[in-house]
Amino acid sequence: MVEILGALILLSVVAAIVAVLTPNILHSVISLGAVGFLLAIIFIFLSAPDIAIVQIGVEVISLVILVRATIGRQAQSSETPGHLVTKVAGVALVGVIAVFGIRMFSEFPKFGIAVMDRFVDAPSATYLRDGLADTGAPNIVTAVLLDFRAYDTLGEAVVLFCAVLGALTVLRRKARVETEKSEDEPI
Amino acid sequence: MSTTDRDPGMGMIVKTVARWLKGFILLYGIYIVLNGHITPGGGFAGGVIIACAFVMLTLAGGDQHGLQFFPQRAASSLDSIGLLIFLVVGWLGTWWASGMFFENFIATPSDARFELFSAGTIPISNIGLGLKVASSLFLVFTVLAALRLTAHDDKEAEKR
Amino acid sequence: MIYSLCLLLILIGLYGVMVSRNTLKIVISLVIMEHGVHLFLILVGYRSGGTPPIIDRETLSAAFTAQAVDPLPQALVLTSIVIGLGVLTLMVALCVRLYERYGTFDITEIRRLKG
Repeated sequence: MVEILGALILLSVVAAIVAVLTPNILHSVISLGAVGFLLAIIFIFLSAPDIAIVQIGVEVISLVILVRATIGRQAQSSETPGHLVTKVAGVALVGVIAVFGIRMFSEFPKFGIAVMDRFVDAPSATYLRDGLADTGAPNIVTAVLLDFRAYDTLGEAVVLFCAVLGALTVLRRKARVETEKSEDEPI
Repeated sequence: MSTTDRDPGMGMIVKTVARWLKGFILLYGIYIVLNGHITPGGGFAGGVIIACAFVMLTLAGGDQHGLQFFPQRAASSLDSIGLLIFLVVGWLGTWWASGMFFENFIATPSDARFELFSAGTIPISNIGLGLKVASSLFLVFTVLAALRLTAHDDKEAEKR
Repeated sequence: MIYSLCLLLILIGLYGVMVSRNTLKIVISLVIMEHGVHLFLILVGYRSGGTPPIIDRETLSAAFTAQAVDPLPQALVLTSIVIGLGVLTLMVALCVRLYERYGTFDITEIRRLKG
């Protein structure tokens, strides 16, 4: 089980390296799609079916948005190679963080011990034990999301609202430029 | 919103198949939203799937095709109505029941579990969130998709 | 070992953000970092031989609490994935706007052509 997970994560790391290093942007977007779909499979192996459904839907929509932004504009041509100093600095910084990170993860509890077992009176144990009785919902993830921690979901809805508002505002002047050509009401 | 040249979309076969399939995808998305408290899913997953149905319509038929099915004013209104449903459900907890924000004030008798109409306010919140997520993603995708004409090349052509 | 691979995914995204000269490539690298962080959160909550945190009709309560994986990181990652999509659309909208204003996706040329 751990070997299958390790192999899948290694595959997604390879796809991520391809996405970052290739000069053609369209190839980069396709590799990003590979990372996302592999991640959905990894989530199913980690017993998180809820997350896998959301990940597949979100990955499809983000791929469509990125491909439409790339094709038709000159992003497809390869980018000019950057300075060597930037690349060396990037590799050095990433290397330092990797060394300290691997040192830290070797002191973590072994993979397979859930975070709620690592200390006493974790809230998740209460949610699993009393979730069905308190809320009446057999899906404990939904019960946590919409009953025990509903305030966080309100925050998420507000963030999504503001992000969409920002995107619509940034793209809006285009309609007014076109209305000078076509005498229409701006939205 | 009007665009000066319309995107023709894809061929006739793709348009016809998209027209048949949109009902099934919408039905599947609504099923996941409504059964969010029994099976994996919920408001977010169902909302994303419903948005995928409209994305498919826009890709198959061109920029205006998705808007003909779901006009922009309706999408903006449903967006706000979804968030308002969620807020009102939470606020009713303070005013009606024992005074806690987001309290689940409709109690579930223990023999009504695993049914569709159970779990108190959770299905109502799921519907509100599903509406909100689907409308937001559809709106922002349509506006991004309508920007096919690049204004920079247009200005360059005018200068010459 | 698995945690280190997940950290590697995050660091590849960080390297992409630092080194890329194309704004779309910066967006793609940010998305890779987000994927890595979501994966890490779900990995932390996994229990060996665990089942999804969803109760069937026939499950016994004691067996369920002993065997289910942690539901709290899953709830947080669920909202985070959808927020990631919203922020991605905002970033792509900005990139498209920059392209229309300056005619290029390259950040070094945008820095040169001010105003």
